[in-house]
Amino acid sequence: MSTAEQSPSSWQQKLQHWIKEFNWRSLTSGVGAFLLSLLIGSLFLSLNGYNPLVAFREIFTGAFGNKYALAETLLKTTPLIFTGLSVAVAFQAGLFNIGAEGQLLMGALATAMVGSFEIGMPAVVHVTLALVAAALVGGLWGGIAGFIKQRFGANEVIITIMMNYIAFLLTSYMVNYPWKAAGMVPQTNPVVASAALPTLIRGSQLTAGLFIAIFVVIFVTILFRSTVFGYEMKAVGFNSQASATGGIHTALMGALSMVLAGAVAGIGGGVEILGVHGRFIQGFSPGFGYDGVAVSVLVNSNPALVPISSVLFGILRAGGSYLERNTQIPGDFTTVIQGLVIFFVAAPRIFEAILKRRAK
Amino acid sequence: MTDVDLAALIVSLLSSTIRISTPLALSSIGEVLTERAGIVNLGLEGQILMGAFVAAVASHYTGNPYLGVLAALLVGALMGLIHVLFALKFHASQIVIGVANNIFALGFTTVGLVAIWSNRGKSDAVTGLPIIKIPFLDTIPVLGPILNNHTIIVYLMLAITVLSWLVLFRTNIGLRLRSIGENPKAAATVGINIERLQIWAVCTGGALSGMAGSYLSLSDLNLFSRNMSAGRGFIALAATILGNWNPFGALGASMIFGFLDAMQIRLQASGFPSQFIQMIPYVLVIVLLAGVVRKVHAPAAAGKVYEKGT
Repeated sequence: MSTAEQSPSSWQQKLQHWIKEFNWRSLTSGVGAFLLSLLIGSLFLSLNGYNPLVAFREIFTGAFGNKYALAETLLKTTPLIFTGLSVAVAFQAGLFNIGAEGQLLMGALATAMVGSFEIGMPAVVHVTLALVAAALVGGLWGGIAGFIKQRFGANEVIITIMMNYIAFLLTSYMVNYPWKAAGMVPQTNPVVASAALPTLIRGSQLTAGLFIAIFVVIFVTILFRSTVFGYEMKAVGFNSQASATGGIHTALMGALSMVLAGAVAGIGGGVEILGVHGRFIQGFSPGFGYDGVAVSVLVNSNPALVPISSVLFGILRAGGSYLERNTQIPGDFTTVIQGLVIFFVAAPRIFEAILKRRAK
Repeated sequence: MTDVDLAALIVSLLSSTIRISTPLALSSIGEVLTERAGIVNLGLEGQILMGAFVAAVASHYTGNPYLGVLAALLVGALMGLIHVLFALKFHASQIVIGVANNIFALGFTTVGLVAIWSNRGKSDAVTGLPIIKIPFLDTIPVLGPILNNHTIIVYLMLAITVLSWLVLFRTNIGLRLRSIGENPKAAATVGINIERLQIWAVCTGGALSGMAGSYLSLSDLNLFSRNMSAGRGFIALAATILGNWNPFGALGASMIFGFLDAMQIRLQASGFPSQFIQMIPYVLVIVLLAGVVRKVHAPAAAGKVYEKGT
């Protein structure tokens, strides 16, 4: 008998086990944080003289109203999956990667370059090459921070923030001078047809980049769940000293986690170029990397759950711009909600404090 | 170029250096106090932005720019209070709270901007702080015109630099503050009320960042524009490190950043690629943190919350 046929009982056992083991408190505090943020956000909106119910209706319409709205939501979700995953990956090894923004920019520039050459290869090959270039350059950028952290013990938070600025200035130089396309705008030449990602819904900008994002999430999840490499990385994040005693090269694993994080963010940048902009335009990222920190924090830096929080932020983004276009209510209302959510998610003890007070 | 032209160029370059570095120095000195007390605040950017916004709002409604500065001080301190309470009472990650502060501030100020001025880009002009002319300063060649004709915040910033250095390194409170940042356990053992001092330090730091914001909206442009802080909070953070967690160091580092920025604005006008000049401070921070040239010493317990009995 194969295991699949045995499954009814073992499948149920597994589910029961999962329900028993699942950290319900983390879920309730996550939902609680979100509801509390909506409540405070509504209050804030009312104080400014707007009707929060109208705002929520418009955000909902803008995010789910029809297939184009849905496509818009997923479009905004895609880069957040990459940057959120990047932050989560480094966090697995105990490192705080605030540098996804810079890694994304470097990867995007590499993709824009590789994509702009006519190489006479089929699209699959060209797209793959362009994204591999993004992974390499993004990985290098993350790896530099990882190396400095592990070799010299410098704080990775500060290093990655500085690397963001250096990346911004470096890419700005490249698209203003050596690789600048003709014209006034600081941007590279467009990518050629064989390097463009196929569109999923006609009339929208949503491309197969979404599938690449999901593929990378699955890859990373398997890496951490089922490989020695991933296990060692997590062990370093869990207890660095014990891992070292156990024979794991902790410094190497930490640095490699930053390479992986950088590669993921880099691919994210590449996908934005091939899917949305068609070239590297200076300032194309509205801070995807910093949003990635929020996305990762929201799911406790669990790589497998990153898509969920990314969608949540994608809804707020898509809904926010719809709100902006169709009402007098400023779309940045959704940015307020995002900030509040992170506050409350970061402080689960708030809910414990509230519950304790009620119990008294 | 004649000597007169050169002198005029140097004066204008250094005068803009002072203007650009004033908000950086204020925010950076605030972070020096904060980190010396063992708390890391990555939310400087948000505090500056909120300071700039409420300063413009208060000046808009009252017509009094000094009330604007006061409002900025208060909102900065309030954000500092939120930061330190989340860190101490709810054990939130200080890095995450900093990020949350920045995102929240961007959303809050943009919504407020639209609500008050019905404009997503910038506010109407508000009453700014008056320019102060000190007659005797003009008699000093070069240095006089550089230091003269600024708003009160520039002079306050210089006073605050000296004052915060004196407090940190020449008073009992400063000694206690630094001991918390280095070794909270030892500090607790000798009976220092750690939390109270930390709250004071972070709120003062926040107030200084708020003041930095008020300089942007009430001295530089006399209006508020969306995302007006434009990364200055992170540059101030870099200045804290370059300045080796010392108020005078923070001022010096801010001056270097300000000078490079003033240079690049002029170079950009002449078509010279300014990006590499702008990169210098960030590369310098990495080099210093790595200890390749000289090892800087961060407060040992910065960012770690001390819990009684550990």
